[in-house]
Amino acid sequence: MARDLSVRIGTLALPNPLIAASGCFGYGLEYEEVADLSALGGVCVKGLFMTEREGHPPPRIVETPSGMINAIGLQGIGVHRFVEEKLPRLRERGARVFVNVCGSTIDEYVEVSRVLTEAEGVAAIELNISCPNIKEGGIQFGCSLIGTAQVVSAVRKATHLPVIPKLTPNVTDVASFARAAEDSGADAVSLVNTFLAMVIDVETRRPTLTNVLGGLSGPAIRPIAVRMVWECAREVKIPVIGMGGITDARDALEFMLAGATAVQIGTANFVDPFVWTKVLAGLDDYMARHEIEHLSDIIGAFDPTPPTPVHA
Amino acid sequence: MPPIDVDATVIANRRLSRDYNVLTLSAAAVGARTRPGQFVMVRPARMTDTLLRRPFSVFEILRDANGAPTAITLLNKRAGRTTNRLYEAEPGERMACLGPLGKPYTPVAAPQEAWMVAGGVGLAPFATLAESLASQGTRARLFYGARSDQELFYLDLFERLGVTLIVTTEDGSRGERGRVTAPLDRALGSRAPGTTMIYACGPEPMLAAVAGVAERHRQRCEVSVERTMGCGLGGCYSCVIKVRDGATPPHFVRSCISGPVFNGAEIVWD
Repeated sequence: MARDLSVRIGTLALPNPLIAASGCFGYGLEYEEVADLSALGGVCVKGLFMTEREGHPPPRIVETPSGMINAIGLQGIGVHRFVEEKLPRLRERGARVFVNVCGSTIDEYVEVSRVLTEAEGVAAIELNISCPNIKEGGIQFGCSLIGTAQVVSAVRKATHLPVIPKLTPNVTDVASFARAAEDSGADAVSLVNTFLAMVIDVETRRPTLTNVLGGLSGPAIRPIAVRMVWECAREVKIPVIGMGGITDARDALEFMLAGATAVQIGTANFVDPFVWTKVLAGLDDYMARHEIEHLSDIIGAFDPTPPTPVHA
Repeated sequence: MPPIDVDATVIANRRLSRDYNVLTLSAAAVGARTRPGQFVMVRPARMTDTLLRRPFSVFEILRDANGAPTAITLLNKRAGRTTNRLYEAEPGERMACLGPLGKPYTPVAAPQEAWMVAGGVGLAPFATLAESLASQGTRARLFYGARSDQELFYLDLFERLGVTLIVTTEDGSRGERGRVTAPLDRALGSRAPGTTMIYACGPEPMLAAVAGVAERHRQRCEVSVERTMGCGLGGCYSCVIKVRDGATPPHFVRSCISGPVFNGAEIVWD
């Protein structure tokens, strides 16, 4: 039986649900030798503003139990250099390119999205309204329902590409943000971005990271991310792209059962750049064991019936 | 050539002191392709709650009688959780070993001389480099600074390869007391500009000082830096260092893929 791993994000068809998470895969080409970029469902490249950005001085990461905290500060080459220097080769490699779009203002989100819409070879726009590590823009939109709605509807008017706002978990009720995004014309939402976090060096009594605060990712956040994806998937009709600490097929399936149409893998790619083929093989094995022909059948197939109570 | 990820077995763990050990890994395939200055990303294969791999220079490439690589060794110093685990590792344990990664040192040939400058665990890239220099017949010196006599390792290996040794210790327990840059500076006084390639690895203040000394004596200098690294492949943008290269203003580059070996004159030291 030929097993079908394909999923759809609106009009966009992906051969499988695995997408490289923004900020964890460079501009994709860093990995062209270790991963077949066309075999991934998609490649979401590092966040882009109109112009180049230097990012924060190092140290930019610190390890934490089952996770890591980063404050890179969106170092990047800007959208024009991306279109000229990276996009042609990504197309040549057969990658389905998701671009993470950043902005200090709503106008900048719109401008970056326009440039990408006019370029050849962009599959979708992920709106970064959730980066916890920069002072202006980003999370300031993502933490406000009005800000989220304004960015999404402004970009919606400027592009025919699928628009996917990436939501922050640093809010009280993430599902209300998914609702605001859907109401403003988003084609999908992706979540979760990282959790605002910090580490203190007790010897020096000072922060470990130059930015003081950073974003926590990795398996440590996974159960919270699964819960949030579930909440959002129940709230909206548009596809949800789930992420947060996925390291293997079981983790990916957990998000899909909670309602995610596709999933992103980030931190695990740092640990193992060959993770993609392993997760794909694991999904295939699961489908064989459960006699599933189309992986998309399990999206949201979570059965909330509590387990049978164990009596003493 | 893409790096490979070897599920390596710990063949031996030689503890050199309370902080230093040399771990032998069955990663012959990595060793076969490693050039001096390149590194591997290593983590215990068994899941722990510390996720990321740590970068290590390939210390030695062990070979059989026919010269075919059989294993690599890593010079490890306890600093954090993973390096502590690697210090305590027992033979038979498995390690995921990804490599070779990064840019190697630029080789030089006679009549140029090759002078290596190591501080502490910064000795790590120089055993393979010394071996390669010896096989090319390039005259080599090693300026090696450590805290004390107790933390100077593998001197016999370098002597066997015909490397002239100049050691310094912070406490004066062996060699000159003080910093390794002092004898380097004096020795360079008798060298004509452009005749000596200096390779350095060690703490960043030492690297900055060595790069300054090299510049004053108008000798080329390559330094191998160690910044906190996440992935080793250019994906995470953690290990950046500021460089001044060409016409562009100083900017951050990723030390994993633009380095770890850099022209010392291009780095903007903190």
